Amino acid sequence: MSLLEVRELSVRFGGSEAVSDLSFAVGRGERFGIVGESGSGKTLTALAITGLLPEGAEVFGSIALDGEPLPSDERQMARLRGKRIGLVFQEPMTALNPLVRIGEQIEEAISLNGGDEGPLDVSRLLQEVGLEPRHGRRYAHQLSGGQRQRVMIAMALAGQPDLLIADEPTSALDLVTQRKILDLIAEICARRGMTLLFISHDLKAIAALCTRVMVMQKGRLVELGPTERVFRAPEAEYTGKLVAASRFDIPDGARVPGPELLKVEGVSREFRQGGFLPWRGKPLRAVDEASFSIGTGECLALVGPSGCGKTTLAKIVVGLDTASSGGLQLEGTSYRGRDLPNALRRDVSLVFQDPFGSFNPRMTLGRSLMEPLRLASGLTIAERLERVRNAVRAVGLDTGMLERYPHEFSGGQRQRLAIARALVTRPKLLVLDEPVSALDVSVRGEVLALLARLRAEYGLTYLLISHDLDMVRAMADRVLVMEAGRIVEQGSPQELFAHPKHRMTRELVAARLPEIGASPAKI
Amino acid sequence: MIVFALRRTLGFAATLLLAALAIFFLLDLLPGDPAQFILGISATPEKLAVLRTQLGLDAPAHERFVGWVWGMLQGDFGTSYTQQAPVAGLIWERLAVTLPLAGLAMILSVLVGLPLGIIAARWRGKGVDTSIMVLAQMGVAVPSFWFGMLLTLLFAVALRWLPPGGFTPWSENPLLALRGLVLPSIALALPQASILARVMRTALVDVRGQDFIRTARAKGLTMGEAIWRHGVRNALLPVLTILGLQLAILITGTIIVENVFYLPGLGRLIFTAIGERDLVLVRGATIILVLAVTATMLLTDIAYALVDPRLRERSPS
Amino acid sequence: MRRVLAHPSLAIGLAATLLFAALGLLSLAWTPYPIEQIVIPRRFLGPSPEHWLGTDHLGRDMASLVMSGTLTSFVVAALAVAIGAGVGVPLGLAAAAWGGPVEWLVLRLSDFVFAFPAIVVAILITTLVGPGASNAVVAIGIFNIPVFARVARGGALSVATLDFVAAGRLAGLGNAAVAFQHLLPNIMSLLIVQGTIQLSLGILSEAGLSYVGLGTQPPDTSLGLMLRDAQSLFLLHPWLTLVPGLCIVLIVIALNIAGDGLRDAIDPRLRQSETNVTA
Repeated sequence: MSLLEVRELSVRFGGSEAVSDLSFAVGRGERFGIVGESGSGKTLTALAITGLLPEGAEVFGSIALDGEPLPSDERQMARLRGKRIGLVFQEPMTALNPLVRIGEQIEEAISLNGGDEGPLDVSRLLQEVGLEPRHGRRYAHQLSGGQRQRVMIAMALAGQPDLLIADEPTSALDLVTQRKILDLIAEICARRGMTLLFISHDLKAIAALCTRVMVMQKGRLVELGPTERVFRAPEAEYTGKLVAASRFDIPDGARVPGPELLKVEGVSREFRQGGFLPWRGKPLRAVDEASFSIGTGECLALVGPSGCGKTTLAKIVVGLDTASSGGLQLEGTSYRGRDLPNALRRDVSLVFQDPFGSFNPRMTLGRSLMEPLRLASGLTIAERLERVRNAVRAVGLDTGMLERYPHEFSGGQRQRLAIARALVTRPKLLVLDEPVSALDVSVRGEVLALLARLRAEYGLTYLLISHDLDMVRAMADRVLVMEAGRIVEQGSPQELFAHPKHRMTRELVAARLPEIGASPAKI
Repeated sequence: MIVFALRRTLGFAATLLLAALAIFFLLDLLPGDPAQFILGISATPEKLAVLRTQLGLDAPAHERFVGWVWGMLQGDFGTSYTQQAPVAGLIWERLAVTLPLAGLAMILSVLVGLPLGIIAARWRGKGVDTSIMVLAQMGVAVPSFWFGMLLTLLFAVALRWLPPGGFTPWSENPLLALRGLVLPSIALALPQASILARVMRTALVDVRGQDFIRTARAKGLTMGEAIWRHGVRNALLPVLTILGLQLAILITGTIIVENVFYLPGLGRLIFTAIGERDLVLVRGATIILVLAVTATMLLTDIAYALVDPRLRERSPS
Repeated sequence: MRRVLAHPSLAIGLAATLLFAALGLLSLAWTPYPIEQIVIPRRFLGPSPEHWLGTDHLGRDMASLVMSGTLTSFVVAALAVAIGAGVGVPLGLAAAAWGGPVEWLVLRLSDFVFAFPAIVVAILITTLVGPGASNAVVAIGIFNIPVFARVARGGALSVATLDFVAAGRLAGLGNAAVAFQHLLPNIMSLLIVQGTIQLSLGILSEAGLSYVGLGTQPPDTSLGLMLRDAQSLFLLHPWLTLVPGLCIVLIVIALNIAGDGLRDAIDPRLRQSETNVTA
């Protein structure tokens, strides 16, 4: 008999239906995945199962745990939830009470659902999730994202549940930490014989963890089956599209870079910690003696875990921040960051990670796109407009959009527009800061293809910042690995990922999730 | 924590010193010759000379400032020209009315405001909530001194339960003294209780949507239990900020309300001093008010840090 | 306009506020009786067809006084908001755009000004130059400065982390241009809501200051001054207190309702912050 059985589940908010007529069953001990993009209803499904839907939601259909329908009484449902279902959420930053010590929060979960199967205490749970007893005395803000997620898992385990529901538990974490948390979840499920319901937008994580998968789109079930089969030979067109987008084609043959465009020499960036008091802590070195150069037409990738300094370095390159020591040269002109002369600023552009924050909501897109042209002096209004129109056409959008405001566009469209803005000054060097990681999987492929096409067409040079090694391998000619502000290894992606030398590189490569499916699917 | 408290205290001392400088500049330097200012143009040169010596005006400005601050640190606020008495004593006498009144009003507003806010949040959207919020909306709009007049009309004139004004000194009859403060403190507490009820309700409603409440429910708590165990403490943070501000407002608010009830508090002392151009007295009284306000802010900051571990490490700005 | 009507509380609050403001403005051109007209034999009259709101202790027409007083109260509060926003908003924006020592200075400055409640400033000014409505304007205005500075800085800081600000800097915009082109337009709604709140607090403060003799002086009149005049007589003639007091309450309620409605209409997220407290 299935442990969890969902029949004809629908969730409605007011007039709109967020989950429609969903039926599936999860067997005992099974590892079941739900995959879908934002707005697919996957999270609401999990919340419906646990009775945690936000106020104002209407639920239809039936949910049964171990053959028993879920109780309708709030208190009974709460106790059942604590005892039999463990929950891990996406946001490790806000999911813990900031005012109470970690140990006490775990203790509360234990005392609420006191297991009868042997002694259970905070330090043992902490140990099980790979933390030390001293972490129990800390507050949430004193832990890293990965540590908080471990705490969440420890609390979920306190009731010795049959079912663990993990809702995007790793999407807020960096690659290395993500892999560790996924391994931890797999290991604990195996050891305890726990059933897993794993929700993610990341097909690779699902493929690595789950035996069966359900694909959802706009609240509906698209496809359901064994993970291996669904990802290898998807039946639904939408699944095929998702699978294709999670895979990158490796380009053949390395391109030969042209003459040196940017040179970075011994750049360091220190941040003072706390006030003006001289005796306060040592300054934090975000970037430590970084040196490298990029040739014209090259695509150089900067990889490393979060906090390694790659974004700070990129900010110095584009002139948003200034190096504490060391210097840079763009086309032979020296600068240290913010002092990048305006005449050269138009040769460098930046494409931001978050397409939702990259446009001023109070400006038309036309005005936003026109802004960088301040740097191209000597252009008439007509010429400027023509530049903007050309850039918009180059990213495959209609020039009619220029009259409109950013909120009218989807994330993918905005990212195209952000690329268009980066192109209007006809730059030579484009810095791409995680250009697709905030986008839905199905849009990523399109944006990456666009970037590749633009590079070929305009002979652009890319400095790509990312933690996604598969994307880096598909895009970059050369890779720099950063750790704690230092560049620790560099080389071609093929060579680097096949024979990593430095510990950090090895960790990053080991954290990669296996490619999904066997044969590439065609859209 | 100790570092945090020390830093705050340093900031507090700096603010006070700057405030003293500002007050000194306004009252001692701006009038040109304070003695002339106090006595008016018709004053005789002899009288002026006497007053100048009495005020210590012969010394240069910076020495006078240092002398004033140094004196205050030792409890000497100078001598009032009009009352021929030490300012410190005069103010101290009046604070015996003003401070208990502010404290009483504070306690009242907390005792009434917080429970009403909790009740409104608990039965959100229901009739109770709506009525409390309508009352609070009105309460916020009522000037406390005008509400004091209405209270006098009702309780002192119509019902004759309480005295319409005046004050029996504590030393004579503490109970009667307290009786005299009942109506003024209610008048002061009404707008403050209304604000507290609104803030408490908003904070509790906001906390419902927090992720950690969902986590607590996932552990096996009902919404009510999760809010009680995890929500209230977090909801108290914004309330604490407001409480600090309110105490500061109450201290200055008493000055106005004292007028309605003819209470011999700091307010009456100040208004008389303004009328008689007693610069020394005004100077002492204003610095005491500034001290009260700043000290309240300091205590709020420290209380906040005691509740919130995040603040103990970084300075809140 | 449709957005205004979609929020009933905003529509009602705004309509009531405008009604009072209109009555006040009308007093410039016309009042039922001249407000200086003292007719001792006709004093302490109750409401009647000739005097809708009765007459005061000098036989002046209360309705006329209320109209004129409402105008004074509005003008004082509005000027104080103008001072507060005019000085505070640029300070707050500068703190957010420049950061570092500028921000530190602005924050310390606003801490410092917070230590001087409006009444303390009014006491100091009145001691120096004697009473007058302009004292109230300055005192309340000074108090509004740190309020606006903090709101502007807080709002601007959350905007400043967004990428379009960085994009503006990449395009060579300086701090001032960033502040005015990118930060200010995005915190306007916050500032308008805060302005409404400070307007209502300003009317309350004006009443308080005038009541204790630190604000408006005769022959001008304000709602607070009417209460001051009524102080010695209110036990015998409660009417003289009720009319101006109720007027204040109604105006403040109207403004608060309009402010709450505005907050909901402009941005539902703002509902979280309870800003109606910095009195």
